[in-house]
Amino acid sequence: MTSLPKTTERQLGLAIDLDSCVGCQACVTSCKEWNTGGHMAPLTDLDPYGENPDGVWFNRVHTYEQVTETKSRTIHFPRSCLHCAEPACVTVCPTGASYKRQSDGIVLVDEDKCIGCKLCSWACPYGAREFDDDVGVMKKCTLCIDRIYNENLPEENRVPACVAACPTGARHFGDFSDPDSAVSVLSRERGGVELMAELGYRPTNRYLPPRARACGDNNIAPLEAVAGEGGLLGWIDRLLSR
Amino acid sequence: MHPAKSIVFFTTLTGAGYGLLALLGLFGVLGLLPAGGLWGAITMAICFGLIFAGLLSSTGHLSHRERAWRAFTQWRSSWLSREAVAAVLTFVPAGLFALGWVGLGEVAGWTRWAGAVAGLCALVTIFTTGMIYASLKPVMEWHTPFTVPGYLLYGLMSGLSVLTAILSGLGHLPDGLPLVAALICLLGFFWKRASWYYMAHQARLPSVNSATGLGEGTVRSVQWPHSSQNFLLKEMGFRIARKHRRRLRLIAQGCGFLGPALLMVLAELLEGPGGSLLLIFAAALQLVGLLVERWLFFAEATHTISLYYGLGASSS
Repeated sequence: MTSLPKTTERQLGLAIDLDSCVGCQACVTSCKEWNTGGHMAPLTDLDPYGENPDGVWFNRVHTYEQVTETKSRTIHFPRSCLHCAEPACVTVCPTGASYKRQSDGIVLVDEDKCIGCKLCSWACPYGAREFDDDVGVMKKCTLCIDRIYNENLPEENRVPACVAACPTGARHFGDFSDPDSAVSVLSRERGGVELMAELGYRPTNRYLPPRARACGDNNIAPLEAVAGEGGLLGWIDRLLSR
Repeated sequence: MHPAKSIVFFTTLTGAGYGLLALLGLFGVLGLLPAGGLWGAITMAICFGLIFAGLLSSTGHLSHRERAWRAFTQWRSSWLSREAVAAVLTFVPAGLFALGWVGLGEVAGWTRWAGAVAGLCALVTIFTTGMIYASLKPVMEWHTPFTVPGYLLYGLMSGLSVLTAILSGLGHLPDGLPLVAALICLLGFFWKRASWYYMAHQARLPSVNSATGLGEGTVRSVQWPHSSQNFLLKEMGFRIARKHRRRLRLIAQGCGFLGPALLMVLAELLEGPGGSLLLIFAAALQLVGLLVERWLFFAEATHTISLYYGLGASSS
């Protein structure tokens, strides 16, 4: 049913730290590797070694340059499904293929019901859904439901593949419906941002903006002059400079 | 947005077909439809032909047509599902209306009421088509007060042009109908111009700052996540060349609105078989013009995903 649940018991999602992300693409490839054998498998690649490689990815990292009056910085920006509380991608679905789970708030696609009309991809402002031309159905991030509840994995690995892969700890997974969960606290402390909040999708994922850098007063002492010194070092310098 | 041929044909043809059906309902109640089963058969064949061709074209957009029946199930939340339901339900009263007109040879009694109900259902169907697009917040050019009235107006306008041509061809043209149709074409023209004006001046929201959560300063895309095209760019990053847009807009205005209006006025002056030919040509010309108009409706629309890729808006 593409009507949304009135409430969800939990609201699982990610807190993504734009301060720590170094744009290494580890989350991207790890996501692809896990999910091409996971719930939404396969993540089809078309022409992978050719002129115009194309394919389905659930997580893509953009790079931006932010320029303000006082500074400019490079920011790496991972973009994936935000598992919104009001996901229009679900409500526009005519077939009931898209749904939001009441138990944990994860937004999923039932591939066996999808007719491939692509309307959900139009309804998502974040570009989270990608169509698989080969299979003819829409695909999207599952928040790794086949990892986070997977009792065959050691408990510390029961997190989405992107979170497990991140070498800088920029991705955090948890329950945003619990105000005391680690992600909720982190998001609160760092001023976590809802992307395009004005559209009213109420995304679950939060982006932690880059911290302010210490800059301005430059108190580092100037380097010592090397030329014209006397003493032993001066003698060595003159000797080597011949 | 990528202008898929299947959807361009679908919305244009069903718009004209359901618009025609809505007007047949109205004309039936007003007693303006000619008696005679043959006349009914010809008219309803054209009406159903337009609708069927459009609906058939819409299935061309689906990858899994064998599952299309599922699209009738989610009418509680989905405008696309509502449209599917309305499009099919309309055939109940419309079928009765056609049976009555063709079988009994006149539009009277219950046939008249079946026609009226069919007409109302047809209007609801066009409304739901418009709502599919108007309800999409990420596409600012569609999420405006102009979209739904536009769909209704262009549907009724093209339906009236077709009906005028049919009634003229059958020799039952009510006095002054071509002039009324010409006026509706002008109304359509002004609505299109107003929509474009609104599109050009509406605030471009959201911003790239809001999309990335980077509140202050200017945010510029310096590197994409991938080196070639992907689904998002092909489907939602479509951009139309400025010079093409100018020409296509001229074609849409000329063929979709002003040309047919001029032909209708000429037909009113000319009368006779020459006038009928002009009216038939006007209706056909309008359908071509509306196909271009609908292509532009998609091609000029921008999606918020273009913010992430740093693609400039095409419509300003």
